[in-house]
Amino acid sequence: MGRKVMALEGNQAVALAMKQCKPDVVAAYPITPQTEVVQYFSQYVHNGEVHTEFIAVESEHSAMSACVGAAASGARAMTATSSQGLALMWEILYIAAALRLPIVMALVNRSLSANINIHCDHSDAMGARDTGWIQLFSENAQEAYDNMIQAVRIAEHPEVLLPVMVNYDGFIISHSVETMEVLDDEDVAKFVGEREADISLLDLEHPVTMGPLDFTDFYFEHKRQQLEAYKAVPKVIEEVGRQYGELTGREYGLLEAYRMDDAEVALVVMGSAAGTAKVAVDERRDSGEGVGLVKVRVFRPFPAKQLSDLLGKVKVAVVLDRATSPGAEGGPLYTEVRSALYDLDSRPLTMNVIYGLGGRDISLEHFHQIMDWAFDAARKGEVREPLRFAGVRE
Amino acid sequence: MAALTLKDLIKREERITPGHRLCPGCGEALFIRQALLAVDEPVVMAVATGCLEVSTTIFPFTAWRIPWIHCAFENAASTIAGVEAAYNALQRRGKELPRIVFMGVAGDGGTYDIGLQALSGAMERGHRMIFICLNNEAYSNTGYQRSSATPIGAHTTTSPAGKAIPGKPQHRKNLTFIMAAHEIPYVAQTTVWRWRDVVEKVRKAAQVDGPSFINVLCPCVPGWGINSDETVEISRLAVETCVWPLFEVEEGTKWTLNYRPKEKLPVEEWLKPQRRFAHLFKDEKGREVIRALQERVDKEWEFLLRLCGEG
Repeated sequence: MGRKVMALEGNQAVALAMKQCKPDVVAAYPITPQTEVVQYFSQYVHNGEVHTEFIAVESEHSAMSACVGAAASGARAMTATSSQGLALMWEILYIAAALRLPIVMALVNRSLSANINIHCDHSDAMGARDTGWIQLFSENAQEAYDNMIQAVRIAEHPEVLLPVMVNYDGFIISHSVETMEVLDDEDVAKFVGEREADISLLDLEHPVTMGPLDFTDFYFEHKRQQLEAYKAVPKVIEEVGRQYGELTGREYGLLEAYRMDDAEVALVVMGSAAGTAKVAVDERRDSGEGVGLVKVRVFRPFPAKQLSDLLGKVKVAVVLDRATSPGAEGGPLYTEVRSALYDLDSRPLTMNVIYGLGGRDISLEHFHQIMDWAFDAARKGEVREPLRFAGVRE
Repeated sequence: MAALTLKDLIKREERITPGHRLCPGCGEALFIRQALLAVDEPVVMAVATGCLEVSTTIFPFTAWRIPWIHCAFENAASTIAGVEAAYNALQRRGKELPRIVFMGVAGDGGTYDIGLQALSGAMERGHRMIFICLNNEAYSNTGYQRSSATPIGAHTTTSPAGKAIPGKPQHRKNLTFIMAAHEIPYVAQTTVWRWRDVVEKVRKAAQVDGPSFINVLCPCVPGWGINSDETVEISRLAVETCVWPLFEVEEGTKWTLNYRPKEKLPVEEWLKPQRRFAHLFKDEKGREVIRALQERVDKEWEFLLRLCGEG
């Protein structure tokens, strides 16, 4: 088995993972900070390194539409986008999921307009949380690469057949060069296999009608059935994560618990901020303070049970959101975590911290400040300000 | 390519079954049935949201005997492009597949308006597909609202015949010319009058190794305000008045007129039997609109004759 250590940008690593998964069809449109993925991938195509049909579409809406047509024809279909591009795909995201099409998309997370900003936050992905896509988040380029490869297996698993969105932070991950380990082409090919669809538009012997008119007499049942599909997903994600661990030594689950033993305070984070947060946790642990971190890798389906198991014993859980949900009690991750904790006999206090909108940096100092707030709440036994902001000028 | 006779056609297996819920006399139904019979190869079809889609696939029923997908309204072209790309890739991966004809179908709303970008993109990229516009000159599926294919003066529910404004104030746009400007292998305009014109154009398009586009004028019985047995006659009048000339364009430059009326009829002949134009005959304001339409038709006809070398 071959692995090699390389210095790659996140986008480069993801384009490489795409190539190694041998997609039949890639339909994509350039948008910052995703653009490099399309560029690298086109180069693979023009060098004859992949058999992929690359469709350089005229919009993201058409990118997702072409992926729907391709996946419905039994092809392994992929795309990549960011921000406004995902917003333009909106109506087709629901269709891809409801038609049970295992499309894999790299979403290089970027804020949404207005005002226009090309830098990272998670508002693009969070807005798409109810579209029916499985959502994986990545802490660094290594995870983005690993997630892309696993996403193919998860999406195409016969008990799943749902689209998967692999999230990684714009610029922070997409444009940073990282030392990472990549697999040999053959190992990835063997791991993901080839897609063999049971139902396909190219099966001329068994013509199917996909996407019919579905009224009051059946639509509800179909939506109900779709919900059932998500029940199998966590187990498949864990199974694929274990197998990937056997191959690479890097095992993946629904979330990652970091130094959570006997933690009094827990941070709940997604994406690249988890890296900085871990350093801050280490520093606090070194000075004897009981703090840990939970990194949410899978946001949809939401691992509520696993989260409440981990957070049940802490005094204060601080949920960090890199997105807002205007008019709601807090950010999207916060409301999910709060709901997950509700059934516990004894619940921790919770706080929500919004950070990093539009690519605003979050530093070690910010995390220390956040942990100070949390320890203060733990001491007082109450949270006076449940919603706070890190790194904003008020 | 051997020409098909009517006898040949009736021997072929129907690809759209009876029992669908399109209106009696619907131009779309007449066209799509003949178009599918005309193609020798297997067909895979992507259809945009619209009358054809909602009337033929009411779950748990389907009228289609071919592989068929509806994705959304504006993206029939990009959806079928994805199917065609999958076909190419799977063949490259070693799958054995016969030659398949890929068809994208949309109404004028899904072609002239909301689907124009996806269509233009697909044509420019050169996917092997026939894109068919079932043009009934408005949004029939939602109850006949104006589109950019609606002719001047027509009453629609968003360009009603009112006291101040007599129907749609603007001329329709010439989409067939826009598609010809893409310089794709084959572009044609037809209607459900001469079945042979329909069959031959679809067969020609099916043989193209690249994109082709056919704009079909399809009378809409409730929208146009005609009787269900008048569909073919109204289509004939559209051609005889030169409101809808039958022509084809190869590679953007080779223009051919397929039918020249012996005597070009005034546009009134086409307008009169249609209730959507009835208000135009009631006052001077309406007659002005008819004159404007006649002027536009004359101008476009002269231009077309020059392009076809018939001037």
